[in-house]
Amino acid sequence: MSAVATTSRWGGPARLIVKRIGLAFVTLLLVSAVIFTISGLLPGDAAQEVLGQSATPAQVAALRHEMGLDQPGPVRYFRWLGGIVTGNPGQSMVANKPVADIISERLPNTLTLAALTTFVAVPFAFLIGISSAVARGRKLDRWLNVLTLSMVALPEFLVATIAVLIFAVQLLWLPSIALVPEDPTPLQFVRVYAMPVIVLGVGVIAQLGRMIRAAIIAELDRPYVEMARLKGVLPTRLIFRHVLPNAIGPIVNAMALSLSYLFGGAIIVETIFSYPGLASLMVNAVTSRDMPLLQACAMIFCAAYLLLVLIADTVAILANPRLRHG
Amino acid sequence: MADVISSDISRRMLLGGLAGGALASGAGAVVVERPRRGGRIRVASTNASTADTLDPAKGGLSTDYLRHYLLYSGLTQYDGQLRARPGLAERMETRDNIVWHIRLRRGVHFHNGKALTADDVVYSLMRHRDPATGSKVQAVAEQFAGARRTGPLDLELRLTGPNPDLPVILAQPQFLIVENGRRDFSIANGTGPFICRAFAPGIRTIVRRNPNYWKPGRPYLDEIEVIAIGDEMSRVNALLSGDVQMVNAVSPGSVKRVRASPTHAIMETKSGLFTDLIMRRDHPATGNPDFVLAMKHLMDRELIKRTLFRGYATIANDQPIPPYDPNFNPDIPQRAFDPERSRFLLKRAGLLGTRLPVYASPAANLSVDMGSVLQEHAAQIGLNLAINRVPADGYWSTHWMKHPLTFGNTNPRPTADLTFSLFFQSKASQNESGWNSPRFDRLLLEARHATDPTRRKAIYGDMQWLVHQHGGVAIPVFISLLDGFDRRLRGMFPIPLGGFMGYNFGEYAWWDA
Repeated sequence: MSAVATTSRWGGPARLIVKRIGLAFVTLLLVSAVIFTISGLLPGDAAQEVLGQSATPAQVAALRHEMGLDQPGPVRYFRWLGGIVTGNPGQSMVANKPVADIISERLPNTLTLAALTTFVAVPFAFLIGISSAVARGRKLDRWLNVLTLSMVALPEFLVATIAVLIFAVQLLWLPSIALVPEDPTPLQFVRVYAMPVIVLGVGVIAQLGRMIRAAIIAELDRPYVEMARLKGVLPTRLIFRHVLPNAIGPIVNAMALSLSYLFGGAIIVETIFSYPGLASLMVNAVTSRDMPLLQACAMIFCAAYLLLVLIADTVAILANPRLRHG
Repeated sequence: MADVISSDISRRMLLGGLAGGALASGAGAVVVERPRRGGRIRVASTNASTADTLDPAKGGLSTDYLRHYLLYSGLTQYDGQLRARPGLAERMETRDNIVWHIRLRRGVHFHNGKALTADDVVYSLMRHRDPATGSKVQAVAEQFAGARRTGPLDLELRLTGPNPDLPVILAQPQFLIVENGRRDFSIANGTGPFICRAFAPGIRTIVRRNPNYWKPGRPYLDEIEVIAIGDEMSRVNALLSGDVQMVNAVSPGSVKRVRASPTHAIMETKSGLFTDLIMRRDHPATGNPDFVLAMKHLMDRELIKRTLFRGYATIANDQPIPPYDPNFNPDIPQRAFDPERSRFLLKRAGLLGTRLPVYASPAANLSVDMGSVLQEHAAQIGLNLAINRVPADGYWSTHWMKHPLTFGNTNPRPTADLTFSLFFQSKASQNESGWNSPRFDRLLLEARHATDPTRRKAIYGDMQWLVHQHGGVAIPVFISLLDGFDRRLRGMFPIPLGGFMGYNFGEYAWWDA
């Protein structure tokens, strides 16, 4: 009995989620074709970039042949796709190392930075979003609005540069570059990550905070909230027990977007603090025309994005009774 | 401890024994304080990527050169005037500039303990000719007809034609000496002043002092970490905040900030680096000699030097040999900024009122700004130049030399012969303007055969005059290289090959803590 009940209860969302996963794979396939085509449109190729300004045409042709760049596009595409599917993104043309090795050196850095920023930013965002929504229209809300809007408007490079000038150059409190020593002590770790995390966090806190505020306000106008109020539910219980579960769908979606940004969009922070992450690796691959590396990075960013959106959708589906029973 | 090195160096018999603590300098003689041992510093260069390498033959960027000079040694070394000094080679002798007898220093060891022999040198030189090596100097190495060991520490290098500059050429970073048969460059085994402790391409290189370095007492620093900070402002910030103790490629605009700090200083290296306006011969307008001369007269060199480079540049005279070069011809009169003469020449060529696009890019130092200055002056005399600013990425393969008017950027080469044969000889692939002067080509060969240095200097002088007068490029200034460093870092002097003392500071610098 109960087994049957469970199937019927979870069958709807499971089907939905499986469908989403299938769609994600189709998207990835399409993206792979787009990435391959677009990267092929870049002027010049790895052979020219490796040999530099002073290369002779014969040298370039020889290296092109060695790199397999003289083969037709479709052949290269399917060979590469086959590699990606079997978990081997190929050999970097420039570094002469497997792409997987290069990425596995950088990926932990990107994950660390993204995770730290998330841990710092999300609680602040909730604090700002909830206080602002509860105090809607009042002085606190207005001040928080001004604050978050200015935080969104400030470009990252400006925040980063000013932070470096104040905390690193003037006060000498924090290092101006984010180079983690080989065996960092906890204090070193915090000092190194402090500025990049704050700079990345500024934008994330502000955007997420505003989304949370909007999502909660949308719920606060609903009749069930009024009903709960009339029944004398305490404000904190009202927010956390009644409103948040209903608002969680849009909030999780906003979080997924912010997180995917932290994953691939940290290029400015990586550049200013010369932090060896994935975003700068990809820019590097573009300038050196290292296609296998570039394509692998692009696929990783795309997969991470799809994964986060998928998780957000799943959470939204599970949190929404209508979808859950749909 | 003061030491003066004789500046007389002839190609016939050179590279006599040099005592360890000797110091060459641009000024000739310099009194140095006794350097102190110890210290750990971090330096930041401009570029690091996954293309970073431990193979000297593949080095193509400043961070590579720096890393390779730390880990390896060459047969010769540069002094402050880019002359060759003895390195691993104790002597290099030749009668005809074709067959060279090289005697190696005794008792030199690789980092893994193996003794240096003639076989290592033969391998290191000849591997550049093998396309599989992927050497950046394969074209230069084509002149090595063959090398042969004549004793444990002696070898004979035969060239395809005479080249009196061989000792100078061999001091280049790509020709640093590696172990015989070495193909795997995941680790560095050199004879250099430092031993590789950690190497992560695109991230960092950490080297520690080589206690068995062949110059007794050197180097002085215990450890050097080399990182790269691509963004100029971040690089200067890292210097001022004390995160790094030395940086290269400080922009002229940042010099004031560095100078304002009581604990930091700037080292200016006058170099042969230049950004030039290229006028292609194969286009009717830009191939017109009157047009070329008009553009050369339209270069406001003083203004470019003063405003674009804040004075950190040397006025150039439309030819590529910088004034510090021993072969520089000082008798060519300086071409003046003369818009009236330009207008006259353009009018004569019937080109007044034409509209021409100029391609400029951040890839060629400050070419966009130079282009704007030129555009302004051109407009005043009735020539319509349109500056097309294109991205640095892909500039060299897509735009450079491919339009009638583009900007180029040429790094200093150690000899006049290299500069001329790479960029001005009719058949050179980088003959930027497509200039064709049979007389120039003839003089280039003549200079290689000349055994008398005075005669060679005279020939190079004539060639400079030919380029100044007829060449298809306008070279307004030579750009100085600017390093910023912590004042506690001592013992350095400029070597015009590049920043960081021609990338070789590791062996000279010491920490005054």
